[in-house]
Amino acid sequence: MKDWLEPFSSALSGVSMRKLRSFLTILGVVIGVSAVIALMSIGRGTQTSILTRIESLGANLLFVRPGSVSQFGVAGGAGSATSLTYEDGVAIANQVPGVVSVIPLLNSSVQVISGGKNTRTQVVGSTPEYQQTYNLVMADGVFFSQWDYDNSMRVAVIGPDVKETLFGSGSAVGKEIRMANTVVIVIGVFQSKGQSTLGLSDDSIVMPMTALRTISGQRTTSGQYIVNSLVVAVTDKELSGGIVSDITAVLRERHRLAATADNDFTVTSVAELAETMSEAMSSMTLLLGAIAAISLLVGGIGVMNIMLVSVVERTREIGIRKALGAHDWNIWVQFLVEAALLTLAGGIIGVGAGWGVSNMVSRFGNMATTVSADIVVLAVSVSVAVGLFFGFYPAWHASRLSPIQALRTTE
Amino acid sequence: MIEIKGIVKSYPMGRRELRVLQGIDLLVADGEMVAIMGPSGSGKSTLLNIIGCLDSPTSGTYLLDGKDVSRLSGSELATIRGRKIGFVFQSYNLLPRLSALANVKLGLSYAGVRDMRLASEALERVGLADRANHRPTELSGGEQQRVAIARAVAKKPSLILADEPTGNLDSKSGREIIAILTGLHREHNITLVMITHDPGVAHFCQRIVHMSDGQVVSEERP
Repeated sequence: MKDWLEPFSSALSGVSMRKLRSFLTILGVVIGVSAVIALMSIGRGTQTSILTRIESLGANLLFVRPGSVSQFGVAGGAGSATSLTYEDGVAIANQVPGVVSVIPLLNSSVQVISGGKNTRTQVVGSTPEYQQTYNLVMADGVFFSQWDYDNSMRVAVIGPDVKETLFGSGSAVGKEIRMANTVVIVIGVFQSKGQSTLGLSDDSIVMPMTALRTISGQRTTSGQYIVNSLVVAVTDKELSGGIVSDITAVLRERHRLAATADNDFTVTSVAELAETMSEAMSSMTLLLGAIAAISLLVGGIGVMNIMLVSVVERTREIGIRKALGAHDWNIWVQFLVEAALLTLAGGIIGVGAGWGVSNMVSRFGNMATTVSADIVVLAVSVSVAVGLFFGFYPAWHASRLSPIQALRTTE
Repeated sequence: MIEIKGIVKSYPMGRRELRVLQGIDLLVADGEMVAIMGPSGSGKSTLLNIIGCLDSPTSGTYLLDGKDVSRLSGSELATIRGRKIGFVFQSYNLLPRLSALANVKLGLSYAGVRDMRLASEALERVGLADRANHRPTELSGGEQQRVAIARAVAKKPSLILADEPTGNLDSKSGREIIAILTGLHREHNITLVMITHDPGVAHFCQRIVHMSDGQVVSEERP
């Protein structure tokens, strides 16, 4: 036995001889570490899947949305258009170089009825380019055409959830649905896109904006059609250039904003959006991890408690070791290593349990999870650190026992 | 090698002081085998603890191999205990969770001895080579005490201190233990200081020191 190995073997035998108690002692650490692993992996997984989805939209898209600043009644904007209009989109397409196309989006929440069934759902009015921009794949039927758009045809492409609600397992294509007393023909059903924070949910309907306008359209005082947002497709080269400021300039002029007034709209690129989302998700993940880390702290206090009890119980052992020539630091290291071994074991078991939980979540909860190596390494080293921190005082206490007093203790 | 002059040990007892040792003078030569006898509470164990560097005297000087150890720090005392002194206790004081061999090795490792073959040799010397892997609970009292002796002598100390080594044993086992101790004393010229209540055991020693009320009252050579 090597000299420096002695505290390890002593500590190891100390742990292994009290298996049940050792396990109960580290249970707090196990739960803490598995909570950290599970929550962090769910957070990371969600983040990754959201980013993937955003990026699948294409990096060459810009989103123009009405700004919230108009709510504060900025003087320069008063009386002019405070919202985006379809005409704004046309102007951007015509005046800004590098713009490939502009897709208007008109969102409306509508009660949809078919036969005896009805549901309230989100209806998006747009142009035929919508399908390509949002990568919509048809499960059944077709997407609406330019002709449908031009002639304000009351046709609808419905999501799988809407189809399920209104038509069950039967076919929906060719059936009639009613929206606010208007009859609309279903011409297609798109494939499920899964959960989506951006773009289209499965519980929604897409139809020509020209048709949706006749059902629930709004106009500005000057007679322009209001839209909820504009999606601007640009050539890749233009994205890095000044296209955002070009669009901003066009819109400021059209909205007659004074030079000192704030924009009453925002222009965001997919990249920016991804970045913002990523930051938000990161802090969310961190918050989840921090909450889970509190249970690690509680686990550490449990370890300290048991270590103190263990020192009292093993006073005689400490006395014997000291009589044999053990220095204070031998005893100190022994108990410290014992505490660290306990929490290390807790950390390793916790990683396994957390990995299991996150696997279950991804399998049965239909959520993406990512157990990444850095979280595992972090969780295990933190649990060892917890052992060292909370084992410090008990180990110090043990090392300070007088050999005479310790030997006199009866077992 | 052991030169004790005017050793006093007192403990605070409330407001008063309890003087356990009231000025002890004792000389033990290298290779001598000395028995300390006396009634309970006469201070025998306290004296042995001081000789064994487990405790420090309140006053007086204690020279071990010419070095004053009465004022050393806890760490320096631990080093001396590990290197020079082997203890044999009445209640064996083996670690119950370790095998006989591991108990002996533990003594070696704290003494800074790297050659672990010495542990097996020591067990062989006390006649327990075949029980090396037994736990203390699987051994008889006499066998446990032999493991304790092996632990004490494996590191080849110059001094062995035994506090009533036969006190918990039947007379046959006791005689075996004394035979081993006297044998080791003779073979390796180890100094041996032993507390005992048994005049038959003390009889094997070269000198008997009688203590009473914290003082040495008489010495005899059997």
